[in-house]
Amino acid sequence: MKARITVMLKNGVLDPQGKAIQGALSSLGFSGVEDVRQGKVIEIELATADADAARRDLDAMCQKLIANTVIETYRIELA
Amino acid sequence: MIPNDIKITPELVRDHGLKPDEYQRILDLIGREPTLTELGIFSAMWNEHCSYKSSKKWLKTLPTTGPRVLVGPGENAGVVDIGDGDVVVFKMESHNHPSYIEPYQGAATGVGGILRDVFTMGARPIAAMNALRFGAPDHPRTRHIVNGVVAGVGGYGNSFGVPTVGGEVNFHPRYNGNCLVNAFAAGLAKADGIFLSKAEGIGMPVVYLGSKTGRDGIHGASMASAEFDDNSEEKRPTVQVGDPFSEKLLLEACLELMQTGAVIAIQDMGAAGLTCSAVEMGAKGDLGLELDLDKVPCREPGMTAYEMMLSESQERMLMVLHPEKEAEAEAVFRKWGLDFAVVGRTTDTLRFVVRHQGEVMADLPIKDLGDQAPEYDRPWIAPAKPAVIAVAETEAPTDWNEALLSLIGSPDLSSRRWVVEQYDHFIQGNTIQHPGGDAGVVRVEGSNKGLAFTCDVTPRYVEADPFEGGKQAIAEAWRNLTAVGATPLAVTDNLNFGNPEKPEIMGQFVGAIQGLGEACRALDFPIVSGNVSLYNETNGQAILPTPAIGGVGLLADVSRSVGIGFRQDGDAIILVGDTAGWLGQSIYLRELFGREDGAPPPVDLAVEKRNGDFVRKLIEDGRVGAVHDLSDGGLAVGLAEMAMASGRGCRIAAPERSAVPLHAFLFGEDQARYVMTASAGEAAHILVQAAMGGVPATMIGTVGGNELTIADRIAISVDLLVKRHEDWFPRFMAAA
Amino acid sequence: MKSAVVVFPGINRERDMAKALELASGVAPHMIWHAETELPDVDVVAVPGGFSYGDYLRCGAIAARAPIMDAIHRHAARGGYVIGVCNGFQILTEAGLLPGALLRNASLKFACKVVRLRVDNADTAFSNAYAAGAVIRNPIAHGEGNYFADAETIARLEGDGRVVFRYCDAAGETTMAADPNGSLNHIAGILNERGNVLGMMPHPEDFVEPLHGCTEGRGIFDSLVRAVAA
Repeated sequence: MKARITVMLKNGVLDPQGKAIQGALSSLGFSGVEDVRQGKVIEIELATADADAARRDLDAMCQKLIANTVIETYRIELA
Repeated sequence: MIPNDIKITPELVRDHGLKPDEYQRILDLIGREPTLTELGIFSAMWNEHCSYKSSKKWLKTLPTTGPRVLVGPGENAGVVDIGDGDVVVFKMESHNHPSYIEPYQGAATGVGGILRDVFTMGARPIAAMNALRFGAPDHPRTRHIVNGVVAGVGGYGNSFGVPTVGGEVNFHPRYNGNCLVNAFAAGLAKADGIFLSKAEGIGMPVVYLGSKTGRDGIHGASMASAEFDDNSEEKRPTVQVGDPFSEKLLLEACLELMQTGAVIAIQDMGAAGLTCSAVEMGAKGDLGLELDLDKVPCREPGMTAYEMMLSESQERMLMVLHPEKEAEAEAVFRKWGLDFAVVGRTTDTLRFVVRHQGEVMADLPIKDLGDQAPEYDRPWIAPAKPAVIAVAETEAPTDWNEALLSLIGSPDLSSRRWVVEQYDHFIQGNTIQHPGGDAGVVRVEGSNKGLAFTCDVTPRYVEADPFEGGKQAIAEAWRNLTAVGATPLAVTDNLNFGNPEKPEIMGQFVGAIQGLGEACRALDFPIVSGNVSLYNETNGQAILPTPAIGGVGLLADVSRSVGIGFRQDGDAIILVGDTAGWLGQSIYLRELFGREDGAPPPVDLAVEKRNGDFVRKLIEDGRVGAVHDLSDGGLAVGLAEMAMASGRGCRIAAPERSAVPLHAFLFGEDQARYVMTASAGEAAHILVQAAMGGVPATMIGTVGGNELTIADRIAISVDLLVKRHEDWFPRFMAAA
Repeated sequence: MKSAVVVFPGINRERDMAKALELASGVAPHMIWHAETELPDVDVVAVPGGFSYGDYLRCGAIAARAPIMDAIHRHAARGGYVIGVCNGFQILTEAGLLPGALLRNASLKFACKVVRLRVDNADTAFSNAYAAGAVIRNPIAHGEGNYFADAETIARLEGDGRVVFRYCDAAGETTMAADPNGSLNHIAGILNERGNVLGMMPHPEDFVEPLHGCTEGRGIFDSLVRAVAA
C-alpha cells in the first residue's frame, strides 16, 4: 500500500521560502497570488493491506520523525 | 536497452566525440570493431579532458620539480614538503560546463571533486578557494548563474566542513555563454602517509567504495570537451547531483581505512568514473584488471555495462586492498554506512576486461588506453602584440573622488561580502587570514606553521598578450603570498581556453604556457598539479584566455602573518616598487573611459623577486604593520582597500619631482609593487635598508583620521568608501 | 571538568569543539559515536555543529533520534550539563531537550560572519564568566538559525531569564540589522527550565585563542569549568 504524507509549516510560522516564491511569481507577472506556502511530500510504501493499521503506523512515524509538530502539521493520504 | 554488439556507425563514433582518424587508430590497436562498451571506454579515455591530447606537448615544458616537491602532476593532486614530516596536498580543477547548465549542482560537484582528489591522497582537507568568472552583469542569465554557483560552492563546502579562505569573482561579457568555476582544495598529510593510484600485486581485490552508481552525468566527460550551442540547456539530465553528506562520510572512512594499512592504491571516480579510475590504477602498476559489473552497487535497476562504465555518480572511490585486510576494511565502511563491494581483481595479463551477466563486454589492452591516446601538435599562431599606450594618450578624471568611488564600486572591484558570507571560513578553527585580504592563511594544526593560499589571473592581460599575461598570473600569486608573509612554495594551474583547433586560440594557449613557465622558473615556484579546460566557447565565441593559478606558501611562524588593514594612526605608509604609471589594460581605462586596449603591464621577474623578498623579510622580522600588494586599480584602489579593511583613514602626498602624471601614478597597474605601513621610526630604517638593497621604496603618507586624502585631489570619508564598495553586489543580486 | 563530544555522521565541528573544551579544562574530551548507548562519566556533554545526516528531512531531526540520545536525556535529567552549538542546538530542540525550533534564515541564504551577542543572563553555568549585559563577538555559520517558538513559550523563556544570548549591535542594542537570521526577539541562545542545557547558534569554539583574532567565545567554556568546580 502506498501512502503520501504532506508536511506543511503551521499557520503563523514564517515561511520565507513561500514568501520568496510569491515574490518571484509576482515579478513574473502572475498577479493576484495572495499567499504561497511551501511544504514537502513524502511517499512511503507499506507492506500491509490494512488501512487502519497503516494509518496508525504512519501517524506514529509523523509524530516521531517525519514532522516537527512544534512548527509543522501533516496530512496522511492512502492510495 | 542497446545491445553491446551493435554495429558501430560513423554517426555513433561522432556522437562519442571521436574523429574518424581517432576511430581508425582504435581499429588498428585492437584489430576488430569495438563493442559499444569499448567505444564508450575509448571515448572517455581519449577525450580532451582525460587525455590532454591538445595540451600535453606544451604542458611538458612547465617546471614541475623542486627540492620540496614530493609528487608532481599526474596523480590526483600535487604534494609539497612543508617540514617536520608534514606535507601539503593541493590541486585546482574546473567544472565550467556543468556549472553553466545547472549552476548549483555543477558548482557543488566541482567542489566535491576537488576535495576528493585531495583526500584520495591521504590528506585531510584544510582549505578551499574558488575562482569564479561570470558573464556581464547585464546579461540575462548572469544573476541566475552567480546565485546558483555561489550557493552550490557554499552548500557543498560548508556541509563537508572545509573553510573557504579565498577566491576570485569577475565579470566579463566574454563569459556570457560559458562561466568558469575553478575549485581549489588543499589538505594536510604526513610525508609517509601519502597514497597513490598505482596498483601493485597480482590477484589483489579491487574494491568499490562510497555511493551507489546511477545514470548521472553519462557523457559528462565528453560534455566537458564540447563546445556549447543554444541547445546546451537541454543537456541538463546529464549533470550529476552532489551529496556532501556522503562525501564527508567517505572522507572519514578513507582516512580511517588508510590508518589500518589495508590500502595499496586508491583512485577517486571523477570524470568517466569507473573507466578512468580502473584503467589508471592498472596501467600505472603495469597490471591487468578485471571488473565484474554484477558486483557494482547500483542505484537504478537495469543499468547496462556501458552505463556503469561511463556513469559519473559522485562520492565514489576505487581501491586496491591487501586481501588479508579485506574484512577490516569492510567493517570501517559499514560503520560509516557506505557501500563496499569487491568488484574485481588485478591480473598479469595487461588486459582491461569488463564482465556483466556472464558476458565479456570489453577486453582491451590496458596500457594502450592511456599511452596510445592521440597526441596533437596543433597549429598555432602567435597573436599580434598590442601597441603600448603612452601616458600622454590618457586623460585625468574630471571628478577625482567620483573616479575612485566608481572604481571601488565597480562589478570587478566591489566588495565580495555577498559571496564570502555564504562560505564558512571559520570552521576547523585554524583560519588566521579570512577572505578579503591578499591571501587566505590557515595554521597547520599542532604547530606554529601556517599555509597561505591565493587564486590569481588577470584574463584581460592574457588576452592582450598571452606571454606577459601568463607571467603576470604567476607573479601576482607569488606576490599575494609574499604580502601575507609566506614563502611561495608551488602552484596548481587551471588552464581555461577556447577551441584549440583554432590556431589563434592555440596561440593564446602556447603563449600563456610559455609565460607561466618562465615566471615559475624565475621565482622558484614549480607547478605540481593542474587541469586543462578547452573548448570554452559558445556559438564560436571563446572566453577570455584564463589560466587560473592557485598559489600555496608557507609561514614558519603564522603569528607573524599580516593583513591589509591599517594598524595604527601615525604609522608611515611606504610604497615599494617603481611606478611608471602603466595604464594599458587598466581597470581605470576600462571602467572610466570604456577602453580595453593597449599592452598589459610588463613583468620584470628579477625585480619581482627582489622587491618581494625584501617585503617578506620585513614581515618575518615583525617590522611592518599592514601589507597589501598592488594590482587591479593601482595605488589608489589599494590604499582605499587598506582604509576600508581597518576603518582608518590616511593622508597621501603627491610624488615630488615626478614625471608621472598623478592619474597614472594613482591608477597605473605597474607590477612588483606593495604598500606597507610601519611606525615612523621603523620606516626610516626600512627606507635606508631598501636603498642599500636597491629596492625602490618611498614614504608616501601617514595613517590616521577618517578620510582617505590624496594630494589635493581626493578626499573621501572611509564611511563613504565602505558604502560605495559594499553597495554594488547586494543591489545587483536583489534586482529581479 | 570531564567532557564528551558527541559525533553524528555529518557533524563537522567536533574537532573545533574538542579543542575549545580541552583549552578551557586542560583535559581532552571523550569523542562519543552516535551509535553508542552509554556516556562515560562526564560533567559536560557537547553536541557540536555541522550537518548531521546532511540536514536531510530537517536540520537535526535524524540525529535527535540516534541511539546515544537516550543517554543524553538521562545525563540531563541527572542535572548534567549539555551544550549544543549550531546543528547541536537544532538537535537539542528536535530531541525536546530545548523548546522551539530553528527555521530557515530570513535571508534564505547561509550566513557566515562575526556577529555581536549581548549576555542577557550572566548567572548561568554557561555565562558566569561574562558580565551581565556584556557584548561579545562570535562567528556564525548557518543556513537555519531563525529561532521560533509559540508566543507562550517565548513569554516563558523571557519571563524566566532563559534567553542567555541575543543578537545585538556594538552598542548592545537589539536591531533587525544586527540580527543575522530573523530570530524571534533576536534570540541567539537559550536555556532549558532547569538551567543545565544550553543551545546557541553562534560558534564560541572558533573564538577562543589569540590567533583567532578574538577570544570572546572562551568565556562559555570557562563558565562551565567554574560551574563544574563549584
